[in-house]
Amino acid sequence: MNRQAQAVVLLLLGGAVLRASVTDLYLRYVKEGLRPFLIAAGLLLVVAAIMTLWYELRPALTDDPAAVPADEPDTGHGGHGGHGHHEPRVGWLLILPVLGLLLVAPPALGSYAASQAGTALSTPARSDYPPLPAGDPVSVSVLDYAARALFDRGTSIGDRRVRLTGFITTGPDRQPMLARMVLSCCAADGRPVKLGLSGDVPTGLPDDSWVEVVGRYSERLGRDPVNDAEIPYLDVESWRQVPVPKRQYD
Amino acid sequence: MSTGTDHPAPAGEPREQSAGEPPEHPAGGVDLAGRPEPSGQAGRRRWLGDRIGSVEVLAALLILLIIFRDPLAGALDDPRVQTWTTVFVSIMVQAVPFLVFGVLLSAVIAVFVPRSFWARALPRHPALAVPAASAAGVVLPGCECGAVPIAGSLIRRGVTPAAALAFLLAAPAVNPIVLVATAVAFPNNPEMVLARGVASLVVAMVMGWLWLRLGRTEWIRMPRRPELDDTSRGRAFWGAVRHDVTHAGGFLVLGAMAAACINVLVPERWLQTLADNAWLSILALALLAVLLSLCSEADAFVAASLSQFSLTSRLVFLVVGPMVDLKLIAMQAGVFGRRFAFRFAPTTFAVAVLVAVGAGAVLL
Repeated sequence: MNRQAQAVVLLLLGGAVLRASVTDLYLRYVKEGLRPFLIAAGLLLVVAAIMTLWYELRPALTDDPAAVPADEPDTGHGGHGGHGHHEPRVGWLLILPVLGLLLVAPPALGSYAASQAGTALSTPARSDYPPLPAGDPVSVSVLDYAARALFDRGTSIGDRRVRLTGFITTGPDRQPMLARMVLSCCAADGRPVKLGLSGDVPTGLPDDSWVEVVGRYSERLGRDPVNDAEIPYLDVESWRQVPVPKRQYD
Repeated sequence: MSTGTDHPAPAGEPREQSAGEPPEHPAGGVDLAGRPEPSGQAGRRRWLGDRIGSVEVLAALLILLIIFRDPLAGALDDPRVQTWTTVFVSIMVQAVPFLVFGVLLSAVIAVFVPRSFWARALPRHPALAVPAASAAGVVLPGCECGAVPIAGSLIRRGVTPAAALAFLLAAPAVNPIVLVATAVAFPNNPEMVLARGVASLVVAMVMGWLWLRLGRTEWIRMPRRPELDDTSRGRAFWGAVRHDVTHAGGFLVLGAMAAACINVLVPERWLQTLADNAWLSILALALLAVLLSLCSEADAFVAASLSQFSLTSRLVFLVVGPMVDLKLIAMQAGVFGRRFAFRFAPTTFAVAVLVAVGAGAVLL
């Protein structure tokens, strides 16, 4: 891969990263906090590509080798830039993430990943749970509900009505469960938080459909066969299908 | 540019390679010369260079991919392939900022920081430079993808390899961001943070000292980098950035692909059966750390979720992960040469497992 091709690949990679970070595409793969760094890295890649092309093509613009500025005596860098014999061939692989971001743009982790991994709540994350905010039903995240239901045995929920948003995944007993992926850094470390559903269970929906459920705390507990962790339940009163949210991870 | 091996220089063009030869070997005896290319490969590439350049190949490839975009998307419909793609892309997206900033820093070291600086900044005796370099790793926030090119630059600039390698191992494991992440992930076990920091520092120093006793400089074969000796600093700087991003980035792609395969192919339930045996669980998590190739800022959260495993085995996971993993082995093989990586990685693995088990026995 010669230097000009490297410059093109850098330009594509920088452009792909920039495009993913100025749109919401990056939220499928990483945490929101990474955005400024992604934008900065994308810009730097573009600048590196432009500087490479600048140094490669500038001497070529002047046909006469003597016209090369005197402060750059090493003319060899420009004129025959097409022959990058020792340049890294492994750089070709950088086209793959470019394709992944520009052409394929794979979806966020969903029910397949959730069924492969054990539920993330296995050690108590906090010891005290503040009272739920006002509202009826009150909106809480799947992660918050699951933590309160498991480690607080529902005390801080009481018999309040809660509203949760997550996607449908089929549990080990073929019953639909409500799940949400939790990221700490990027989708490679994404872990699911799973909730069992009782009462008015959303049926007839394919996996990965996003639903908003309203319900109350249930004392029932299940077990995740993957890591033998406890899975809390929610007693569903009503549910509706919702569009895929912008932030798919908790 | 010409490799100076067996390519006749095109007529009318100066062979800047021989003229621009660095007068001394800058890295304390480390062989910076490129490996001689087998003539068959060189011939093939010259053929490509003469008729079809990389730019043309690249353009054709991109056009083909855009034409066949729909069948390609259809092939990615399988949930396993889809999850693989998501994990691969997300590892790359996560790593790109760290890679780019690490490469920038390493280009600054390679081009703008004078050699004499390192002689003054580090203790003269190599055995003392090792702990100093490990401690320097504490203040540099970043993950392992950035540390590899930085360590490469340090060796190029005359830092003793032992100290540069200690820095390479310590920087991703014990920086403040990683330690804070560990504290957040293990709220009930603050001793985990101490154990991780101490064990990682000890491994980095032990590996540095081991290198002083057993290491051979000829194992490190760093590719020749004529552009670093460019008289124009701007050109040298951007040349280094371009080269390091394509080079280290390419190996990062290899590692990310391997890690995505492991992520999709190894179901977590297999781990459940291993967790019951104390020694087996330590080995299993050490291997998992190598295979998963997680970013050092994220691995604590994964370790916390592996709650069926003992604390000591999870400490092993946290100590091994930032020092030896698939993407690091790929990147080290690219930057320092294969002979180095295939000796360094297994040794680091063994030392890291032993030290982490010891630290776990004392501190946890």
